[in-house]
Amino acid sequence: MARHGLDAEAKKGLTLIAPPLLYALAVLAAPLLTILTYSFLKDGYLEVIAEFTWGNYAQVLTDPIVRTIMLRSLIVAAMVTLVTVLLAFPIAYYVSFMVRPERKSMWLFLITIPFWTSYLIRVFLWKVILGYNGVINSTLTGLGIIDEPLTFILYNVNSIVLTLAHAYAPFAILPIFVALEKIDRSLLEAGRDLGESRAMTFWRVTLPLAMPGVIAATLIVFIPTIGDYVTPELIGGGKIPMIANLIQVQMLALDNRPLGSALAVTAMLTVALVSVVFLFLNRRFLRMRQ
Amino acid sequence: MSDDHRPMIECQAVQKYYGDYHALRGIDLAIREGEFFSLLGPSGCGKTTLLRTIAGFEGISSGAVLIDGKHMEDVPANKRPTNMVFQSYAIFPHLTVAQNVAFGLRRDPRGKAEKTALVEDVLKMVGLSGYGGRAAHELSGGQRQRVALARALILKPKVLLLDEPLSALDRKMREQMQVELIKLQRQIGITFVLVTHDQEEALVMSDRIAVMFEGEIAQLDGPEALYARPANRRVADFIGVMNFLPARILAETDEGARVEVAGLGEVELPRAQISRANPEDEGVMVGFRPETMTLMGPGQIHYQTRETGATIDEVVYYGDMTYYDLRLDGSARLDGRPRTVRISMRNVFGRDVQDVGTRTQLAWSPGSLVLFR
Repeated sequence: MARHGLDAEAKKGLTLIAPPLLYALAVLAAPLLTILTYSFLKDGYLEVIAEFTWGNYAQVLTDPIVRTIMLRSLIVAAMVTLVTVLLAFPIAYYVSFMVRPERKSMWLFLITIPFWTSYLIRVFLWKVILGYNGVINSTLTGLGIIDEPLTFILYNVNSIVLTLAHAYAPFAILPIFVALEKIDRSLLEAGRDLGESRAMTFWRVTLPLAMPGVIAATLIVFIPTIGDYVTPELIGGGKIPMIANLIQVQMLALDNRPLGSALAVTAMLTVALVSVVFLFLNRRFLRMRQ
Repeated sequence: MSDDHRPMIECQAVQKYYGDYHALRGIDLAIREGEFFSLLGPSGCGKTTLLRTIAGFEGISSGAVLIDGKHMEDVPANKRPTNMVFQSYAIFPHLTVAQNVAFGLRRDPRGKAEKTALVEDVLKMVGLSGYGGRAAHELSGGQRQRVALARALILKPKVLLLDEPLSALDRKMREQMQVELIKLQRQIGITFVLVTHDQEEALVMSDRIAVMFEGEIAQLDGPEALYARPANRRVADFIGVMNFLPARILAETDEGARVEVAGLGEVELPRAQISRANPEDEGVMVGFRPETMTLMGPGQIHYQTRETGATIDEVVYYGDMTYYDLRLDGSARLDGRPRTVRISMRNVFGRDVQDVGTRTQLAWSPGSLVLFR
């Protein structure tokens, strides 16, 4: 009886998940499998030869250019993440602890304002601000503070980090804000009551309890930035490519789809590895809580 | 309680405003060293605010707060010789039980081994021996409360502040913790200040109780005095059940008053049974507790001096007790409105529960009456 009931229930469940499952297979699994398949095939002239090879991966792992660009992507993503999270924390803290409860939603709303324009336009605007004849340089030369335009703010890693950190700021603020909101305020009073100053209470109570939010923010910023294509292209002037730019070059400009696919798969595995480390860290923090 | 009655906490004309809201309206209070003191009142009466001003979480608008003879107005919470058990317990969720208990020992100069032993000692004292390694979320409500207690007591505060510590526990657990807290307080001898809205809890646990209404202390007394001689009708109503009957003062001297009470007739009441004047009370009333009178029945023996005829209006059976609502003969005599009073009788062997509508006699003594005027 029970078994029969379970079967009927299972059938019902399967029927329910069938449409989203099909959808997920079509738009997620199928493209991924295609890329994975391509990465093991040989590249011919204007065509892909259906022959198995490890060659693409060998090239990806040994080519110094690929290694440089992969490393640069990792470093840029790490820097962006660091800058974003460090800047986001005080904002999230301010909104959670200093802003009156009835004003909090307004503050969060204001934080999303940059999202009202497209990502592409925001990146382009940073180019206008940071450029050779851009807002910063023309202001500074106009005021006579500098004689020549500053060059370290455009077409290099600094400008990429700056642009991406701005673009992803809300993504970092929100998870940290949520983690801070969840902290029972009496815990902070307990910290003070047990003899700790405000600073030590922050260090021993607030920060450890906010860690799940910080780790979530880190992941949310790190994963998309490592594969960012637009910012290095526009802000970096195409001269300092990241992994996404390299994949694009292989896939389209050089028409080497197997190598491009192998690059993509490698990049994905790298991100996955980093993410797993962070998820593991988060699990540790979460286990200590409820 | 210490003999010299040295005040451990003194509040002098403490005023506290939140914007326009007047939360504390001139609190004058001296809590003795080693005393179990309770702040009792309905929610919003300012009892928690007063506790938090003692702990240092709230500043005061004017007045003075002294702990152990030292002014505390400019001393932050972390520098005060008080520790608190929070209503929510505020157990740090990211730390184990032992780490929670040792939280305040960071700057203690003692060695690690010594601190570990101390933590184990304190855990043993609160009945949590061997729980040191547990995570906070593995604990029940009662255990969390014990951790909160251990965490505060390990710092040897001069005053332990308890903010409704038992309100989250179920009845059995609460009664058990009440007894344990009393024992603990006697054992370590430090001053306990308890905030509660539960009058029974305050009566059970305290040496003295301050009853608060609307930011003011309405009465400060020991449990028995508070119960038997409430200062005004509001206190009488808040602590336990009290019956009120309209009364008329026939004559008043320095020794007492001769009063006519609706349904009870004329009585002489000595000064001790006359409460302070209270402008909020309308009219003169006489009050008495349900258990001070005896409902007559077959085989009922009593030592009361007076009897009054009554009719049983309602019977509420509680197992160990029965509550009777009685309509007293002649209770409408003073203002034309008949009154019912509530009498409680213990259901001892050989005494039957009486039925609704029964004509009966109520036996009573003038000694149990309190005049509110």
